[in-house]
Amino acid sequence: MIPGQKQLTNMEELLEGIWKQNPVFVMVLGMCPVLAVSVSAMNAISMGLATTFVLVGSTLLVSLLRSVIPKEVRIATYIVIIATFVTVVDYLIQAISLAVYDALGAFIQLIVVNCIILGRAEAHASKNPPLRSVLNALGMGAGFTLGLFALGAVREILGAGKLFGVALFGPDFQPWVVMVLPPGGFFVLGSWLLLFNWLNSRKTDAAQAKPVEGHAHV
Amino acid sequence: MSESLSQIFIGTLLANNFVLAMFLGLCPFLGVSARLNTALPMGAATTFVMLVASLCAFGLNWLVTTFHLEFLRLISYIVIIASAVQLVEMVLKKYSPALFRALGIYLPLITTNCAVLGVALFQTAREYSFTQSLTFAAAGGAGFTLALLLMAGLRERLNLASVPNVVQGTALSLMLAGLLSLGFMGFAGLGAGE
Repeated sequence: MIPGQKQLTNMEELLEGIWKQNPVFVMVLGMCPVLAVSVSAMNAISMGLATTFVLVGSTLLVSLLRSVIPKEVRIATYIVIIATFVTVVDYLIQAISLAVYDALGAFIQLIVVNCIILGRAEAHASKNPPLRSVLNALGMGAGFTLGLFALGAVREILGAGKLFGVALFGPDFQPWVVMVLPPGGFFVLGSWLLLFNWLNSRKTDAAQAKPVEGHAHV
Repeated sequence: MSESLSQIFIGTLLANNFVLAMFLGLCPFLGVSARLNTALPMGAATTFVMLVASLCAFGLNWLVTTFHLEFLRLISYIVIIASAVQLVEMVLKKYSPALFRALGIYLPLITTNCAVLGVALFQTAREYSFTQSLTFAAAGGAGFTLALLLMAGLRERLNLASVPNVVQGTALSLMLAGLLSLGFMGFAGLGAGE
């Protein structure tokens, strides 16, 4: 970043996680829950919301305590803070919907070890005031949910012919079962990344093509 | 409770492989699998942490259930794992500094490897006995190492292939992992699977 550049505005801070630094498609962080629970769009969204809750709660607390936490034990402190929020969310989901709780299984508790959350605490919340950290966390959470949904929707449509449990195609639809099985997760995420790579390469190609064209005219 | 040790071992190693079937520990799987000579030590270190974590988690689980402090289970597990990783880090730094540097950031990141916490959580959820827990942890670690080695071997070969620019990087690794996972599905039904 250019030193003289002014800080990101609050809006940019929020949008960063949704597009430019999307945790799923750009940073490729926290892949385990992404691939494991994205067998249906509903599961994907519940997981995304649970993660967002933990993300926002823990970044807020880390940001508030950032001058109190000794540097040597900061990681351990962050993890304990995160684990506390995960315990809260674990009991919350259990209370709200047992069906969702069973579908997500151990992956709710595994939010503790989601690299996105620790990464945000270390890289952002420990250096920024509460408001900015929370905005950034909200954006990251939204980006994560979006990524999960993109994956879950594709897998549910292809693997079961449904979206949110509603059948999309006629009764003759032959489900592509492998898509809801483990390999499908890898394939669909790989394909999404391919798509983004391709879009990016087209953009850079277009940017490079322009000056060359101008040169030819001269 | 009735699963035999060999069922647990084979089932966790192949049919329900931690990485390829249960999606645990993907960060190091994608991060450290570029070369064979770092893949093996990473697998070994993770397996060791898993065994320690499983051992401690078993004791801790008994403790929190006895004192009805179930809400502390998750927090105590993660603290135990973090300490175990710290231990491995200190040992490696002292006896093999070269390896310590090669593993780099991925060594402390074992703490946030979901496979390790996964071992602790699953053995609790499935109410495994002491020996069953240890077998489960050993098989999980072996399965993780196996997946890491297979992947590293494939990626070393791929370095020599000409791949279109668009596919290179994570997209390619994910496709490879998908194919490996497809292969491992052939083991479904072996051991203590569903």
